[in-house]
Amino acid sequence: MAEQGNGESGAAVTGGEGGSESSAVDNPGLPPHRPRLADVDEKAAKRNERQVSVLFLISIIGTILSFIGYFVVGQTEGNLGDLRLQNTLLGVGTALAMLGIGLGVVHWAKTLMPDHEIVEDRKPLRTEEDRAEAEQIVTEVIDETQIKRRPLLRNTLIAAALIAPLPAVVMFRDLDRSDDFGPERMRHTLWDEGVRLVRDPTGTPIRASDLTIGSAMHVIPENLPEISSHGERIAEKAKAVVLLMRMNPDDFEHTSPGRENWTHEGIIAASKVCTHVGCPVALYERHTHHLLCPCHQSTFDAAREFKVIFGPAGRPLPQLPITVDAEGFLVARSDFTEPVGPTYWERGEA
Amino acid sequence: MKALTQKRRHPFAFVALLLLGLLLTGGLYAAATTVNEAQASNLPEGYSTEQVEEGERLFTANCATCHGMGADGTENGPSLVGAGAASVEFQVGTGRMPMQMHGPQAQEKPPQFNDEQTSQLAAYVASLGSGPAVPAEEYLDTDQGDASRGGELFRINCAMCHNAAAAGGALTEGKFAPSLDGVEPVHIYTAMSTGPQNMPVYNDANIPPEDKRDIIAFLKNDHFQSSPGGFSLGSLGPVSEGLLIWTLGLALLIGSMVWLTSRSS
Repeated sequence: MAEQGNGESGAAVTGGEGGSESSAVDNPGLPPHRPRLADVDEKAAKRNERQVSVLFLISIIGTILSFIGYFVVGQTEGNLGDLRLQNTLLGVGTALAMLGIGLGVVHWAKTLMPDHEIVEDRKPLRTEEDRAEAEQIVTEVIDETQIKRRPLLRNTLIAAALIAPLPAVVMFRDLDRSDDFGPERMRHTLWDEGVRLVRDPTGTPIRASDLTIGSAMHVIPENLPEISSHGERIAEKAKAVVLLMRMNPDDFEHTSPGRENWTHEGIIAASKVCTHVGCPVALYERHTHHLLCPCHQSTFDAAREFKVIFGPAGRPLPQLPITVDAEGFLVARSDFTEPVGPTYWERGEA
Repeated sequence: MKALTQKRRHPFAFVALLLLGLLLTGGLYAAATTVNEAQASNLPEGYSTEQVEEGERLFTANCATCHGMGADGTENGPSLVGAGAASVEFQVGTGRMPMQMHGPQAQEKPPQFNDEQTSQLAAYVASLGSGPAVPAEEYLDTDQGDASRGGELFRINCAMCHNAAAAGGALTEGKFAPSLDGVEPVHIYTAMSTGPQNMPVYNDANIPPEDKRDIIAFLKNDHFQSSPGGFSLGSLGPVSEGLLIWTLGLALLIGSMVWLTSRSS
């Protein structure tokens, strides 16, 4: 270990010492040590000491502030100004408490603690004797267990170790809920022939006359509120949410064969689940008939069967075929004719 | 002719002329009032004939260039027949109309007309054909609204464009849904009932007046408006928060690393 002092201790290592002739670049050695202000001037050292202790004091004040924030402020319920002050005191107080200690310690180490440059040599490698000793210990342990002399012990241990993880395998296998939530379930929603379109969240049915041109309505199937389990209801709602819009029927630019009766007097319904990664698409511009997805800006054109006109979505939004029932309420003609939402492996074509 | 000239000086000629004059003016007046009454039958509820007339004058001077004489629309502006008083209250009351220049959408600016002129224009547009009316005071009273129910309706119907914190958001091709901070209740209401520009229409069959009041009560609620968590950074979500941490946060980290490794003087 070689040490370079600042004149008080040790001899300075001279640059280039021991540099062999074979190396292309000579070892430049350590740069010359430069004493700090605090090393030579006792006044400067005193000043640094004060600075560090002020930082520690700031930390103490920070801790007190966060205690005040926790125990004194924000005790009156419903007073939002108080709550805001409490949050501020807690945050600022804790930040000062931590930062004060951290900054103080670093400042202390940088200005007052010794800053001698040190070269530390690599430790020597272990010898062959050490290795032989370790080998001998292992051999002794094996002999003491008598595992070679008593094969019954060895074999039963191996058998036990082999089957011990099996319960975990079985339990993890049962986490597979693909029967309940698998691809088949993705394929169908609550919509079916004659299921009424109702308002979200009130569940009231909708007459065609309730929508004027330019209207947009957020719609769920009428059989959704009947599901009692909250988890099931949310899972079904996530697939079945629909946006209902009324346009001027003259504005429809394209209707595929077979879809002529999917709309009712300009009222058109589409799945709200984006075909890209499943964000809710409901940003409807009533004059351009564009539907915008807020996540990745996929844009669908309601006038052209929700064709993708911009963004990363790969397929149009599935359209829900609708009509009116005998009582004049809007109903679905059938389920969606294709799976809603993003593509998945088992989805198949179209 | 000769007989007439002779009778001109007849003592009763003055009386006859007076009678004739009275009959004529009276008849004309009667005819004129009938026309007026015919117009009055088209008068929108809550407005006077004077307001409609004054509104028409203002309209012809300020709006007809784009919306056409008689407000039946031109290439530069839509027809306002059936737009209703609520549309005028929103578009003129928030300064969006008259438009300063063409752009992706009309933007809010200091209103050009005072309240009186706005209601005169509203009266005129309402007289052209029935449309959404300016809401009654009771539907703008946030004390009567249920803010918690309004919050649910807001998240379902409005939050996708206007942002869950009502801070607004971008739409396509330069259009945007504006922030709802500081918007007058009557303008929130009329925006819902008329669907200005590209906003969909939320008529009374979709969101009844009581529900609109709940939504306004939610937006005006102290809990919703304040930000007890500290700086909201515009409530724009990951964009503003990410920008702050990537610029200020990283700069602080790099700065402290430089300080840690530098030698003290």
